[in-house]
Amino acid sequence: MSSRAKLIAAAAVACLYLLAVLLAAGFVLGSGLEGEERALFSAMLDRRLGVLLMIALFACVFLFLMLRAAHEFLVLMPARAAEEARAMLEEPATRLTVQGSSELQALIVAVNRVAEQHHDLDETIEARIRIANASAEADRNRFAVLMSELAQGVIVCNPDGLVLLYNRRARALFAGSSGQGMAALGLGRSIYGLFDRHLIAYALENIDVRRRNHRHFVTATESGRLLRVLVAPIPEAGAGAAGGAEAGAAHGISGYMTMIEDMTEAFDSESTRDQMLQELTESSRGPVGNLRAAAETLHDYADMSAEDHRRFLGVVRAEAEGLADRIEAAARKYAAVLKARWPLEEMLGSDLLVAARHRIAGRHSVEVSLEDVDPGTWIKVDGFSLLQALTYFAGRLHDEYQIRDLSLRLTRDGEMAQIDLIWSGVFMSTETVMTWELDPMTVAGESTPLTVRDVVARNGAEVWFQRDHASYRAYFRFLLPAVSGQAETAPAAIAAMVDSRPEFYDFDLFKAEDTGLALDDRLLAQLAYTVFDTETTGLEPSAGDEIIQIGAVRIVNRRLLSHETYEQLIDPQRSLPAQSVKIHGITAEMLAGQPPIAKVLPVFRAFVADTVLVAHNAAFDMRFLELKEASTGIRFDRPVLDTFLLSAVLFPNQESHRLEAIAARLGVSVLGRHTAVGDAIVTAEVFLKMLPLMQERGIRTLGEAREASEKTYHARIRY
Amino acid sequence: MAKKILIADDEPNIVISLEFLLKREGYDVVVAHNGAEALEQVRVERPDLAILDVMMPARNGFEVCQDLRQDPEFRDLRIMMLTAKGRDTEVSKGLALGADVYMTKPFSTRELLAKVKALLERA
Repeated sequence: MSSRAKLIAAAAVACLYLLAVLLAAGFVLGSGLEGEERALFSAMLDRRLGVLLMIALFACVFLFLMLRAAHEFLVLMPARAAEEARAMLEEPATRLTVQGSSELQALIVAVNRVAEQHHDLDETIEARIRIANASAEADRNRFAVLMSELAQGVIVCNPDGLVLLYNRRARALFAGSSGQGMAALGLGRSIYGLFDRHLIAYALENIDVRRRNHRHFVTATESGRLLRVLVAPIPEAGAGAAGGAEAGAAHGISGYMTMIEDMTEAFDSESTRDQMLQELTESSRGPVGNLRAAAETLHDYADMSAEDHRRFLGVVRAEAEGLADRIEAAARKYAAVLKARWPLEEMLGSDLLVAARHRIAGRHSVEVSLEDVDPGTWIKVDGFSLLQALTYFAGRLHDEYQIRDLSLRLTRDGEMAQIDLIWSGVFMSTETVMTWELDPMTVAGESTPLTVRDVVARNGAEVWFQRDHASYRAYFRFLLPAVSGQAETAPAAIAAMVDSRPEFYDFDLFKAEDTGLALDDRLLAQLAYTVFDTETTGLEPSAGDEIIQIGAVRIVNRRLLSHETYEQLIDPQRSLPAQSVKIHGITAEMLAGQPPIAKVLPVFRAFVADTVLVAHNAAFDMRFLELKEASTGIRFDRPVLDTFLLSAVLFPNQESHRLEAIAARLGVSVLGRHTAVGDAIVTAEVFLKMLPLMQERGIRTLGEAREASEKTYHARIRY
Repeated sequence: MAKKILIADDEPNIVISLEFLLKREGYDVVVAHNGAEALEQVRVERPDLAILDVMMPARNGFEVCQDLRQDPEFRDLRIMMLTAKGRDTEVSKGLALGADVYMTKPFSTRELLAKVKALLERA
């Protein structure tokens, strides 16, 4: 019964009771009267009956009003307070209205205070979460920048070998490792596509997690590059503290990291040196053997005929000349190898001077002072060779002219930086110092085949000797290319890196584990997708139309990985209808020399491995792929979702389910349509917007999405 | 009767010295300039000692050595190998293929003569 009905019932009962009391009083009064009295009473009653009734009515009304007021005060107000309290649970910012009896009011005030406290607590917690998230995010960013700056490739995996992070270097190392236009390295992909599973398993087995050690192995990429790979386990959070963990190798790791170095070049130059050394020793043995035999014979058999003597001298001379040439050739080759190893790097000029000062002091016991060092000048040099040259000059000044007081100066002159090695008191001839520049540098017994001239040429620099008669000083000046604005550009570069960061890692994949569920039962949000599109010669695959371009992009953990795209032009091995060129803009010239479909499909299948396929009007694209199955043996049997059908599921009342129309409806901007990758990206963005809408309609798993798609009317369209 | 020695080496500058030295020590010397010629000369001239260079055109020293060692007719032939490659593995290979002495260039002529003498006295 509602409270209003209760009120009415209560009022009715009260009125009836009042009526009953009045009737009872009248009856008691009336029943005791006789004759005249009765007549008099009934006359009195008749006369005043109206008034009496009025009084009774007023009493009833009064009673009703009293009751209503009491009801309002004692029932409705607490009921409203209860309603407000329930509403407050939903909307924590609201408060109860203070009303009703003083007891109720006290209760409401107390409830409001509890709510206030609760609200404050929530806010504090939320603020803490925000701060914690922000700092975690900042840590991640710093970490990502660090990773991307490393000279080594880094790939981080979860225990199943799923890639959670990689850096630019790793990407470069494996770019195109699986053939045309794609990389086998990608978030959520298996690292075993890059390295033999056994190599990693073996490395991990031999790692003692508690000691945090690591293992190396050397392997080669498909393109023949030689990689040195370090494998280090990532302990589970808290595993380090729980010291008593079992010693088993695979225990307590939440993943592992691999650091990859490209040894190819180091190996090349090392093996070139080895080879040279061996060549030099082995090729020298024969000639030296001849020389020695001839010399010893000459010495031991001095009585030989003049003719023999002449012959032996001829041998000695010829072999000695041959050896000299050989050694010259080897030295030249060695210098070339040395030069090849020296990359130019940007460095702060003042750092170089400080290093030179230490080096000169260490090698020649010469004190070097620094004067006029411009602190903001960056130079692009091979620092080591330049240091050698400065040290070499200092050494000759010291050894040949006993100069012990040197100073270094760094000045900026427009686009150039000048480094001067200065001394005073002694002037030598220009010819003398010219020969210094052309002699191979020897520093404290260490010699190199390079001359100062070589160093200068290598650094794109110039060097000369200059006298300043006024100050009685002289100096060698190195003129080097300066780097403009290094200090300013660095932060911008980092900012740019942070912007492009997100797609290189996804630590949420740490948690990704094999749920053991059938694919159809897995949540849409947790699947990895390949969204693809094809451009074709026409619309009728069964009438001989062919694919001329495939473009694809990956979605992992609800994120579009625009760095991990696949794009490939394909020679259709047939003519290209002019009307199709108008649509896709791909001309016959562009297709000349491209691989045929039979070469492309194996690579594309590798790209889509273990993902769900998504395409707009997928039936069309899939039909083309199916028709190739017989000739190529390549079968695309991964589940397929169609954004066209999903649109029909989500927006059954809309007329158009064209990609542009859906994109507009979902607020996806359309750029670069009708290139396969451009369309694939638009489709992927549309698909990502559809995921939450599907969830609202109770479509949560892949199986549910496929079932809903099939139910739509449009599913009956078949190409 | 003087012992006969075959020198097989394609480098004239070492042959000059070896030929001169061995002749002065009183040996009969025959010279071959490649591996095939060396095998031929061994059959024709029946030397007591063959000095084989490893790096020779038309059958290298190892092959010549191996061929000779497989033929019981030349059981008493002494073989000295000369090489410009000083690797241990090669020395082992030469000895395994049946060379009696293995010398690495550059060698001392006195040591060579001493070894030649020792080899021929053993026969």
